[in-house]
Amino acid sequence: MGRFLVRRISLGALVLWIITILVFVMFFVAPNDVAHNIAGRNATPATVANVRRTLGLDQPIVTQYWHFLTRLLHGNLGQSYYTQQPVASILKSRLPATLSIMVGAAVIWMLLGVSSGIISAIRPRSVADRGLTTFALFFYSLPTFVLGLAMLNVFFYQLHTHGWPNLPGSGYVPLTQDPYQWFLHMILPWVTLALLLAATYTRLTRGAMLDVLGEDYIRTARAKGLGEGRVVLRHGLRSALTPIVTQFGIDLGTLVGNLVVTETVFGISGVGKLAIDSITNQDLPVIIGVVICASASVVIMNIVVDIAYALLDPRVRLN
Amino acid sequence: MTRPVETELLTSELDAELPPTVGGVAIEGRSAYQLVWLRLRQDRVAMASAIMIALIALFALFAPLVAHFTGHSVNQEFHRIGENPDGSPKGPSHIFVWGTDDQGRDLLVRCAYGARISLEAGLIATAIAVFVGTTVGLASGYLGKIVDTILSRTTDLVLALPYLLFAIALVAVVGPSLGIAIAVIAFFSWASVGRIVRGQVLSLREREFVEAARSLGASSMRIMFIDVLPNVLAQVVVLASLLIPSAIVFEATLSYLGLGVPPPTPSWGNIIADAQNYQEAWWFLLFPGILLLLTTLSFNLLGDAIRDAFDPRGDQMFARTKKG
Repeated sequence: MGRFLVRRISLGALVLWIITILVFVMFFVAPNDVAHNIAGRNATPATVANVRRTLGLDQPIVTQYWHFLTRLLHGNLGQSYYTQQPVASILKSRLPATLSIMVGAAVIWMLLGVSSGIISAIRPRSVADRGLTTFALFFYSLPTFVLGLAMLNVFFYQLHTHGWPNLPGSGYVPLTQDPYQWFLHMILPWVTLALLLAATYTRLTRGAMLDVLGEDYIRTARAKGLGEGRVVLRHGLRSALTPIVTQFGIDLGTLVGNLVVTETVFGISGVGKLAIDSITNQDLPVIIGVVICASASVVIMNIVVDIAYALLDPRVRLN
Repeated sequence: MTRPVETELLTSELDAELPPTVGGVAIEGRSAYQLVWLRLRQDRVAMASAIMIALIALFALFAPLVAHFTGHSVNQEFHRIGENPDGSPKGPSHIFVWGTDDQGRDLLVRCAYGARISLEAGLIATAIAVFVGTTVGLASGYLGKIVDTILSRTTDLVLALPYLLFAIALVAVVGPSLGIAIAVIAFFSWASVGRIVRGQVLSLREREFVEAARSLGASSMRIMFIDVLPNVLAQVVVLASLLIPSAIVFEATLSYLGLGVPPPTPSWGNIIADAQNYQEAWWFLLFPGILLLLTTLSFNLLGDAIRDAFDPRGDQMFARTKKG
């Protein structure tokens, strides 16, 4: 396990390092003039030259990259051009909203996906199975923003115009401020994300469970006189869990994209909305900060998932 | 070069032999692809999806005709007849069959032109991704050693990147356009193809026919593309059919976020983004939303059916012929 950990973590560090190079190349070496962007449209050549000097853009690229990397390692993400605040503290203030959406949605989608997958697998080709698989494919095909806007239209706009009690249409209330309002504001984003992502798990769990339930040891467990619930959940689900955990790791990367869309649809000022707003404001340090922090968290979450995976399935550690 | 003569001899020999018959009906040899096609044709869901895709493709292809028959061009703004006095979009009527958008433009015409963007992005990005992914997978799986290490690590890296954020970053630097959107989609899609093809090639490389080709003195190039490639093609076809809908969704998402096709060019994504500000105008969200859903759903259903058709475990055709 020790060697596995070392190898996995050093690989993660390598990926992170390459990401910093990619981001650096994209923003500072790409054929656009950063200094010109920062100085603004009406800047005189003297101002541009001045900006270039302050940013160190007149130095060799390797030196520039070295400065960029050392600043990053000190946790210094620079200052927003737009609000003059440090990028790190902006990110910190936006994080609770994003985390709220993410954790809540993940809990719902795992419960929804795995349980519907099990129901499908217990009675394959039954009405429930067909219904659930069709449902899953439907949501799997829906783009996030289309489902989000449809939910918004029905549960906020239509209910509101017909004078019925409705869910809030946008915004975020911190959990510490008012837990009930926090919950109300989170329902639509949670359900939207959960319905979309659960679909993959329904199909995955169904397939894995069908394979597992056909195994000899399941027959043995039944022959021993174990209850069906125990056979399916304890003996079946445990081995079906490995591909589900792998998929969860893959989905964490996808989730970052989905969060950007969900926050835009529901007008929640999280990290994703921050990225989109920064493009409109041409606020490069913030965009760089979001990309690097989000990539870092995806890499770290993937390491955690891999460790969980190794704990679940001892064979993984050997290769 | 004596080979053509040999082949001629061989075919003439075969011709001489009478084909075996069962109950007076000749037994035909069927290639794997013929079998797949037969299975697909019997799959009602697959055929319905294929027809749906064909209809959407026609809608896109004949977008100029739609514009011609309605008499409204894509970016033509009808402020007097196409908007309410407060400037909000007008619902479906006999003049604007699908209603108008927030600038008084004909939604039907814009959706038709949007279909072009969606299909174009989906097909081109998938084609590039499949081409790059297959080549990388072949090279990495067959050549092995240092080539494999470099290519596999690159694949892993691309798969580990949060793609939408990198797309955002890239667009922030170079500005939004359809070309950039397609490049971004292709860049983040080839890796999954590469990984699966590599896995297949790894096992094919050890098979006898590859060894035979190698002992005949065939070059690596020849073995990779002439001997190994046809054997992974089935997988690639399945992957491609499932990549198209995700590329279409990717493009629509980029355009929705303002990172894809820049206005006034219509894309289903940017039409829906405009619709968000007009909750009361149901048609504004409904029509492009349904088109997008139908397109991705049809492609997904067809892709699933193609996968089932290639998978011998779900071979209903075989079971039936055996019984008959």
